[in-house]
Amino acid sequence: MSAPLTSLRLAARHRRGYIPVASTAVLFLALLAAGNSRYYGFLEGQVLLNLLINNAGLLVLAVGMTFVILTGGIDLSVGAVAALSTMMVAWMVERAGVPPLLAIVLALAVGAGLGRLMGHMVHDFGVQPFIATLAGMFLARGLCFLISTESISITDPLFATAAQTRIPLPSGTFISISVVIALVIVAVAFGVLHYTRFGRGVYAVGDNPQSAELMALPVRRTILAAYTISGLCSALGGVLFTFYTQSGYSLNLLGTELDTIAAVVIGGTVLTGGAGYVLGTVLGVCVLGVIQTIITFEGTLSSWWTKIVTGALLLAFVLLQRVLTARRTSAGS
Amino acid sequence: MSITPGRLRALTRHRLFWPLALLAGLLLVAVADNPSFFSVRVQGGHLYGNLIDILRLSAPLALIALGMTLVIALKGIDLSVGAVVAIGGAVACTEISQLADQGSASGVVLAVGAALGLCLLAGLWNGFLVAYVGIQPIIATLILMVAGRGVAQMVTDGQIVTVSSSPYHLIGGGYLFGLPFSALTAGAVLGLVALLVRRSALGVLVESVGGNAEASRLAGIKSRGLTLGVYAFSGLCAGAAGLMISSNIAGADGNNAGLWIELDAIFAVVIGGTALTGGRFYLGGTLVGVLVIQTLTTVVLSLGVPPETTLVFKACVVTAVCLLQSPAFRHAVTSRLRRAGSRPPGASSTHIEKPEHEHEPDPTEPTPREVQNT
Repeated sequence: MSAPLTSLRLAARHRRGYIPVASTAVLFLALLAAGNSRYYGFLEGQVLLNLLINNAGLLVLAVGMTFVILTGGIDLSVGAVAALSTMMVAWMVERAGVPPLLAIVLALAVGAGLGRLMGHMVHDFGVQPFIATLAGMFLARGLCFLISTESISITDPLFATAAQTRIPLPSGTFISISVVIALVIVAVAFGVLHYTRFGRGVYAVGDNPQSAELMALPVRRTILAAYTISGLCSALGGVLFTFYTQSGYSLNLLGTELDTIAAVVIGGTVLTGGAGYVLGTVLGVCVLGVIQTIITFEGTLSSWWTKIVTGALLLAFVLLQRVLTARRTSAGS
Repeated sequence: MSITPGRLRALTRHRLFWPLALLAGLLLVAVADNPSFFSVRVQGGHLYGNLIDILRLSAPLALIALGMTLVIALKGIDLSVGAVVAIGGAVACTEISQLADQGSASGVVLAVGAALGLCLLAGLWNGFLVAYVGIQPIIATLILMVAGRGVAQMVTDGQIVTVSSSPYHLIGGGYLFGLPFSALTAGAVLGLVALLVRRSALGVLVESVGGNAEASRLAGIKSRGLTLGVYAFSGLCAGAAGLMISSNIAGADGNNAGLWIELDAIFAVVIGGTALTGGRFYLGGTLVGVLVIQTLTTVVLSLGVPPETTLVFKACVVTAVCLLQSPAFRHAVTSRLRRAGSRPPGASSTHIEKPEHEHEPDPTEPTPREVQNT
C-alpha cells in the first residue's frame, strides 16, 4: 500500500510533469473532435479500435523506447531489431521447419540479447547511446539481409489465425490478438515503472545518474535492463508485425525508430530522461494513429503530410517541454 | 630509423593509426581479391578506375561529414542532413524539369541556387532551435529529419523527378581536368574550411564552445551566432551533397535520396577521432573516415559479397572503433591481459570508479585484428 502512496506523493510534487501528458490528451481529444465534425462515422467504436489494431506493433516498440528514454538514453535500433525478428520468425517457420512458438521465443531472445549488448556498450564502455544503438541498427538490418533479401511469406496456420481472429467486444466491435498482447505489455510496463523498485530506479538513473550511483542504486543493472527491455519489446513488436502482414521482410519498418521516438516525445516523456509516463506513450501512439486516420479519411491528402504534421507536433511538444523545464535546467546546470 | 617498441606504441597511439590501418586493410583485401583493383586508366578523356570511383562516390558523404564534424565539435549533432539531401535534390530537379531547355546553364544555376538557398534555410532553422530556443541538438534536428522527407516528397509531388540536363549532370557525374567534378568540389570546400578554421580563430572558438559552453560564454565568445552559422553550414553542405547525389542518378527521390546518410556521416566523424562529446575536431580524420566507408562499400561490391551485408561490416567497424576509443574498454582489456600474464585471478588492483565486471566476449565486438580482416 505504501508504494502507490509514495509514488502518488512524488507525482504530486512533480505536478508540472503532468502538463505534457495532459496536453497530449487534450490534443488527442481535439483531433478526435475535429475528425468527427468533418467526417461521418469518425467516432465509431471500430474506427477508434482500429487505431489500436493498426498500431499495436508501434505501441509495443514505443513502450520499450520509453524505458530507454527514461534512463536518459535513446534506442535507434528498434525498427531494425523488429525487422530482424520478422525475418527470423519467417525464416525459421517457413524454411527451417521450427515450430512457430519456438521460433517466436527464439526471436524474442535474440532481440533481448541484442538490446543487452547495446546496454553493455552504453554503460560498461561509455559509448554514447546514440552510437551504440546505431551500431545495433546496422547489425540488425545487416543480419536481416544475411537471412534473405527477399520477402518470406508465412503460411503457417498459427499466423493466419493470429491475424484473423477477432475478439468481439460489445456493440459489434472487435480487437485483434495483437492489441491484447500490446495492452498487456503496456499494463506490465506501467506496473513495473510505477510500482517496483526497478521502476523507480529507472527514473532516478535518468534524472541524475551520479546521484543514483551515490545512493547505491544499481545503475548498471538498471541501464542494462532498460536496453534489454527495449530489445525484447522491439522483437515482440516485430512478431506482432508478422501477425499483421504474415510475412518477413528485411526492409520492414524502415524509419520506425523515428515514429517511435516521436510517439514517446509527443507522449510527454522528456528526452533527457527521468520524467515521463508510459500511458503518455500510449496517447502519443494514438495521436500519430489519429493523424494517419484523418489523412486516410480525407482521401485527397497525400501520405507525406503525415511526416510533416508529425514533425510539427514534435516541435510543439519539444517547445512545451523546453518551457516547462526552463527554470529547472537554468537552476540545475 | 629502427622501430623500437616505444616508437611503435607511439605510432599505434596516434589517433589516425587505426582508421588508416583499417583503410589499408580494406584496400589489401581488395587487391588480394582483384590484383587490378588499383589500376587507373584514361577513358573518354578522364581517369577511370576503382580508386577514382571511390573518390567520386565519397564526395557527397565527405561534404556532409565536413559539416557534421563542425556540428559535433560544438557538442551538437545534425540528424536532419539526410532529409536536407532529399530536399536539395528535389528542389533542383523539380525546377530543372520545368525548364523549357534543360540544357541551359543559367536555368540550372538558378535551380541550384534555389536548392542551396532552401537547404541553407533548413540549416538556419536547426541552428535557431539549438542556439536560440535551447533545444537539445538531437531533438531539434530530429524534427527536420521527420518533417524534411515529407517536404521533399511534397516538392516532387511524391514522384521520382527525372532530369536530362548536361550542366546539371556535371555536378555529380561529370569530370573536370580528368578528375571527378564532385570530388574536386568536395576537396575545394574541405580545403577552404580547413584553411578558415585552422588559420583563423574560428576553429579554436568552435572547439572552445564545444568543450565548455559556459566557460566560453564567460570568456566572451558569442556562441549563439557561431552555433547558428555552423548548423547553417551543415545544411548547406547537405544541400550540395543532395545536388551531387541527384545529379549522379539524374533524378530526385524524396523517399530514398540520402537515406541513412546522416548515420554514415556521424560514423565517419567518429572513425576520424572526433568525439561526440564535443571539443577537439579533426577534419583530416573525418576525411579518412569517409574514405573508409566508401572503400568498404566499393570493396564489398568488388568482392561479390551481397551488398546488403555491408551493414554488418559497418556495425562491426563502428563497434570496434567506439570500443577502441573507450577508456573503460582499453582498461578492461589491458588489466585482463596483465592479470592473465602475471597474477592469479582475483588479485587484481583495478582502480576505476565503476564496479568490476567481467567482459563477456561476444561476436559483435570484434578485436582490432578481426576488423582489419573484414
